Amino acid sequence: MTDLLIRGADLVGGGRSDLLIRDGRFVDPRDADGDVDQLDADGLVALPGLVDLHTHLREPGREDAETVDSGTMAAARGGFTAVLAMANTDPVTDTAEAAAYVASLGARDGHADVVPVGAVSKGLAGVELAELGLMARSSAGVRVFSDDGHCIADARLMRRALEYVRAFDGVIAQHAQDPKLAGAGACCHEGVISGKLGLPGWPAAAEAAVVARDVQIAELTRSRLHICHVSCAETVDVIRWAKQRGINVTAEVAPHHLMLTTSEVVGYDPTYKVNPPLRPDEHVEAVREALADGTIDAVATDHAPHARHDKEHAFADAAFGMLGLETALAVVLETMINSGRMGWPELVKRMSIMPAHIARLAGQGRALGAGEPANVVLVDPAARAVVERDASASLSRNNPWHGRELPDPVVATIWAGRITYQKER
Amino acid sequence: MRHLLSAADLDRDQITEILDLAEEMSLVQGRPVKKLPALRGRTVVNLFFEDSTRTRSSFEIAGKWLSADVINISAKGSSVSKGESLRDTVLTVAAMGVDALVIRHYASGAPWQASRWIDAHVLNAGDGTHEHPTQALLDAFTIRRHLRRSVADQSSFEGKTVAIVGDITHSRVARSNVLLLNTMGAEVILVAPPTLLPSGIDSWPVLVCTDFDQVLARADIVMMLRVQRERMSGGYFPTPREYTIGYGLTRPRLAAMKPGAAICHPGPMNRGLEISADAADAANSLILDQVAAGVSVRMSVLYELLGGAE
Amino acid sequence: MAHQILEANQGAHDLVLLGIPTRGVPLAHRLATVMDQVEGVRVPVGALDVTMYRDDLRRQPTRAVGRTDLPVEVEGRTVVLVDDVLYSGRTVRAALDALGDLGRPRAVRLAVLVDRGHRELPVHADHVGSYVPTRPGEHVSVRLAELDGINRVTIEPGNGPERGEV
Repeated sequence: MTDLLIRGADLVGGGRSDLLIRDGRFVDPRDADGDVDQLDADGLVALPGLVDLHTHLREPGREDAETVDSGTMAAARGGFTAVLAMANTDPVTDTAEAAAYVASLGARDGHADVVPVGAVSKGLAGVELAELGLMARSSAGVRVFSDDGHCIADARLMRRALEYVRAFDGVIAQHAQDPKLAGAGACCHEGVISGKLGLPGWPAAAEAAVVARDVQIAELTRSRLHICHVSCAETVDVIRWAKQRGINVTAEVAPHHLMLTTSEVVGYDPTYKVNPPLRPDEHVEAVREALADGTIDAVATDHAPHARHDKEHAFADAAFGMLGLETALAVVLETMINSGRMGWPELVKRMSIMPAHIARLAGQGRALGAGEPANVVLVDPAARAVVERDASASLSRNNPWHGRELPDPVVATIWAGRITYQKER
Repeated sequence: MRHLLSAADLDRDQITEILDLAEEMSLVQGRPVKKLPALRGRTVVNLFFEDSTRTRSSFEIAGKWLSADVINISAKGSSVSKGESLRDTVLTVAAMGVDALVIRHYASGAPWQASRWIDAHVLNAGDGTHEHPTQALLDAFTIRRHLRRSVADQSSFEGKTVAIVGDITHSRVARSNVLLLNTMGAEVILVAPPTLLPSGIDSWPVLVCTDFDQVLARADIVMMLRVQRERMSGGYFPTPREYTIGYGLTRPRLAAMKPGAAICHPGPMNRGLEISADAADAANSLILDQVAAGVSVRMSVLYELLGGAE
Repeated sequence: MAHQILEANQGAHDLVLLGIPTRGVPLAHRLATVMDQVEGVRVPVGALDVTMYRDDLRRQPTRAVGRTDLPVEVEGRTVVLVDDVLYSGRTVRAALDALGDLGRPRAVRLAVLVDRGHRELPVHADHVGSYVPTRPGEHVSVRLAELDGINRVTIEPGNGPERGEV
C-alpha cells in the first residue's frame, strides 16, 4: 500500500502538523519519499479515531436492519475506527463461538474494528452467568460484558458477574432499568407528558435506583462497573457520589440524550421512542454538565437500526432505538463544543481515549504520533448540513436527526492506515 | 373539520354546534324511516383494534342512519404479532377508497399516527388510555339535557362542578372529559386513590382530591369510572372491598349527593365495585341516557366531518 | 293566503302547517294565527328542516342544521309547506324528500310569500303572496318582524343598491 501523507492538520493540543502513514501506522512525516498519496488537511482538525462503546450491528439475526458491513460503513462516516457490538443479536453472543463469529464478520466485512460485547447472562435471561471466561479467552478477546436491552435485575447475579470478570480485567456494562418500576411497556419519561399522552411512564428512579445498587456492589467486589446510556440527573448524582468514594465506575451518554427532550414524543412519532426514553430539559442539562466535567466518561451512540416495519407501529408497539453512528460527532460538536461547554481535548477523551480505555482496546484512542496505529479522523469544525436520512450508509432509516441542520464535521476517516470514508469535496 | 382526534380539537362554539345538531339527530330515532340522506355515497370504515361491541355498533348505526356505507373491520390481536405494521394496515384500508376511518386502538396515539399516513378523515373512537372524544361529547350532551331539565333554559356548564371518580390514570374517558368540560366552563374535580392518579396531574386544569366524601356535597355531576379488577394485579389497590369503601358510589354516598345532582358512568359498570346497584338504578342516574345519546352524538360528528365539501 | 288555504282545504280539518327554516317558520305561525281568528281552530304549526336533503350538500362546507319540530304525525294529513321565497324549487324538492321519510301525508301543498320565478325543477306553489319578476343575479331579501325587527321585502342586485321595495 502506498504511503498516505496528511498535510497540515491541526492536531488537538499539538498544533499544525503533517501525518505520514505507512503500513497501517504513523511514521515520522519527514520520512516521506516521492511516491505518496496526499490528503490536504488545511483547516481540518485531526482526532484519534473515535471508539463507540455501544453499537447494535444486528448481525447475526436481523440482517434486514443492519449488517456488520453497513453498520461499520455508517461508523466510518461518523469518524469511528472501532465499535463494540452489543450481544443482543440472534443468536445472542453468549459463547466463545458466537463471539468469535462476530469478530470474524468484523474481520471480513468491517470498515472499522469490530469488538464483540459478550452477554452477562445466558440468552440475556438474567438468570445464569454466560461463559464469560471462555469469551474472554476466545480469539475475540471479549472484555466488555452487557445484557443491554435488558437490566441485570438480580443483585446476586450482578455481584457474581462483577466478581468473576475481575480475573481478566473485564467490565460489566449495565442497562439500568428496574423492571418493576419501568416494565417492558414503559416508553415515555414518567412526567407531565406521559400522563397527558397516556403512555406508560419510565421514571428516572427506575434508572437511578439500579445504579445506586450497582455502585454499592461494585464497591463490595472491587470490580469495574460501567453504566450504559445515562439519561437522567438522578443517575448523574449517584455516579458523582460513587466516584468521589473511589468506586470504579464509568459511564456513557448517548448523543440523543444530549440534545433531544421528551417533548419530541408529543406527536407519537416512534422515531423518538428509545430506551431509556428522552427526558425533560433539566435532565439533558444534567448529562451535558456531567459529560463536560467527566462524571460521564464517554459518548456511546447506542446505534439501534430498525427495519421500517418494526417502527411503523403504534407508539407503544414500536421497537425502541435510534440510529446514531453517523451523527454522533455532529451532535456532540453542536451541544458541547459550539456551546462552549467543552474543548477538543475533552471531546477526544470522551469519544476516543476513554472508550478505548474502558474496553481495553490497545490499538485505539492513541496519540497521533510515530509508531502508533493509524486510526485518525479529519474533521471540519465549521461545516454544516441538513441531515438527510435517505443518504445514510445504514440499512435502516429510523433517524431522529432527519431534516435538522447540524454540523457535518467528518471529512475523512482512516482506519489502520486505510481511508474508510472520505467526503466528496 | 378534518379529523376528530382529541376533545381539545373543539372550541366551545363547535361543541355547542355538535350538541345542538345531536338534538336534531336524536329525533330520527322516533321516525318510521330512520334515515337522513346527508352521507349518501360516503364510505365509513370502523377499524377496531380493540373489542367494543357498544361503541362500534353505535358508530355503525350512526353512519347507516345518515345513509353512509359502513364497514366494520376487526383488526384485533396485536398487529405486531401478525407481522403487519400499523401503517400497512391503515394504508391497506384507506386504499380501498374510504372517506372516513373510525379508529379504536389499544395503544395511545394510533389515530394521530394514522392521520399522518392517509388522506381520509380520521375519527378517534378511543386510543389506549389517551382519549375518547365522542364519549366526552355524549357525556356533555347528556349533562346538558339534565341541566335543562332541572332549571328551565339553563344549559350553561359555567359554575357547575363535575366530579370524575376512579382509575384516572388508565382512563381515556377521563382525559377527554377533563378537556371538554374545561372548554365548556365547568369545574372538574378528580377523585382517586393516589396510585390511580396520572403523573404530572398538577399541570391539569382540575382540582384533585383523594377523599370522595369531601367532594360529594359540591358535585353537580358525579361521573363514576369503571375500575378494572385487573388493576389489582398491578398493585394499585389492595382489595376490591377497600376500593369500594373508599371510592365507590355506595348507598350512603348516593344519599349524600347534592340535591339535583346526577350520576354518570361510561359503562360497562361493575355493579358493586365502583357503583352500587342502588346508584346505578337511581332516579338521578343518567347512565341509560348516556347510552341513548351515543348514536345521536356520533351522527352529529360524522355529519360535521363528512357532510360538506371535501 | 290563509283564506285561500282554508278554502282549498274546505276548512281546517287535518291541516298541518310546516315552515321551512328560517323564515318559513314565523310565516307559518302567522298563517296559523290568522286561521285561528277566521275559523276559531288552532291548526298545528311546526318546522321542517331540509338541510340534510339538499342536493348541493357536498358543494359547500358543512352546513348548519335547523330545528325540525313536528307537532303532530303527518300521516294522512294535508301538509302545507310554508317558505318565504320560491326560486329554483330545489328547497321544496328537498322538503318533499324530508317529508317522505316522516310519513305519508294525504296531500302536500306549498304556500310561499314571494314567487320570484326561474324554476329549475317542475315545482309550483299552490298559494302565493306575491309574484315578483326578478333577474337571476338578483337577491330577494325577506325581513320579518319576528326575526329582523321589520317587515320588508327587497330586491337587491348582486352588489349594489336595492332596486326597490315590494
